[in-house]
Amino acid sequence: MLKRSGIVLLALAIAAGTGSLTAQTVTSGLRGPTPLNDEGPAPPMLPNRNTSEKESRNYPEQPPVIPHSIDGYQIDLNSNKCLSCHARSRTSESQAPMVSITHFMDRDGQFLASISPRRFFCTECHVPQNTATPPVSNDFTDIDTLLSRASPGGRR
Amino acid sequence: MLELWGVLRRPSSVFALGTLVLAGFAAGVIFWGGFNTALELTNTEKFCTGCHEMKDNVFAELKSTIHFTNRSGVRATCPDCHVPHNWTDKIARKMQASKEVWGKIFGTIDTREKFQDHRLELAAHEWARFKANDSLECRNCHSADSMDITKQSPRASVAHQRFLFTGEKTCIDCHKGIAHHLPDMRGVPGWQ
Repeated sequence: MLKRSGIVLLALAIAAGTGSLTAQTVTSGLRGPTPLNDEGPAPPMLPNRNTSEKESRNYPEQPPVIPHSIDGYQIDLNSNKCLSCHARSRTSESQAPMVSITHFMDRDGQFLASISPRRFFCTECHVPQNTATPPVSNDFTDIDTLLSRASPGGRR
Repeated sequence: MLELWGVLRRPSSVFALGTLVLAGFAAGVIFWGGFNTALELTNTEKFCTGCHEMKDNVFAELKSTIHFTNRSGVRATCPDCHVPHNWTDKIARKMQASKEVWGKIFGTIDTREKFQDHRLELAAHEWARFKANDSLECRNCHSADSMDITKQSPRASVAHQRFLFTGEKTCIDCHKGIAHHLPDMRGVPGWQ
């Protein structure tokens, strides 16, 4: 008798527990109030930054980001739309920055006459920037800030 | 033959002048109306994409561009860019297009591979036509006079002021491959 009432109590507790779990909405910063088993509405797409103003690099090796829209730009075996402004011979007319000389190097460090095939596909490294505010903040600190924090007389 | 010429030269002895004039007028209306209807029918997106050569290649490529779908819902259909709107130029282009009928009959570009092989040649024809008529088909919708450069991106605004407004360049000089994929651009001026 005692055993049976124990089982009933346990069953009731489990039912109550699952009931409250399904009713619960988990609000996370990224998902919003959408239940975990549902797919929420997609946020609207925002336009790309299109200021055409050079943006500073976060570290010296960073590929510069593209400060303009590149919708519909064809970069394939047949053509490279980016190079119609950024190629060496095109920069006087376009006033666009020339593709870095490092892009003329083959993998042995030899300079070729034009862009090395391994550097042909611009958007592998260079990307346009969206106007959306990032959902996760970033505490990246660049090297100049780090160095300025270093103790006076410390090794630089 | 000579007999027919004779009949045509002699005044009619059977029909009244009024009948002849009215019949001629009616026939003229039917002929001219039919001609224009045929002209209009061959000037539609539906007609152009009736051939798989157009439907599977250039039309498929157009679909992802801004000339097919955009925020205001205005679509440029095939003839808007590829057939002059002015009557005499239109007829001239239609006569040129008889070459395309030949190509269709003999299957010049009836596979994707054949089309790719001819792509540069076909594109070059269109670039030459746009260059020669100062990008008239672009300007039928995009007029330099009504362009608000303050609404453009800084890059576009500068380029249009430097090259378009001065007449140094015409639309097609910079805007190649905006509605269809580009061919192999080696050797085309301004491209790598």
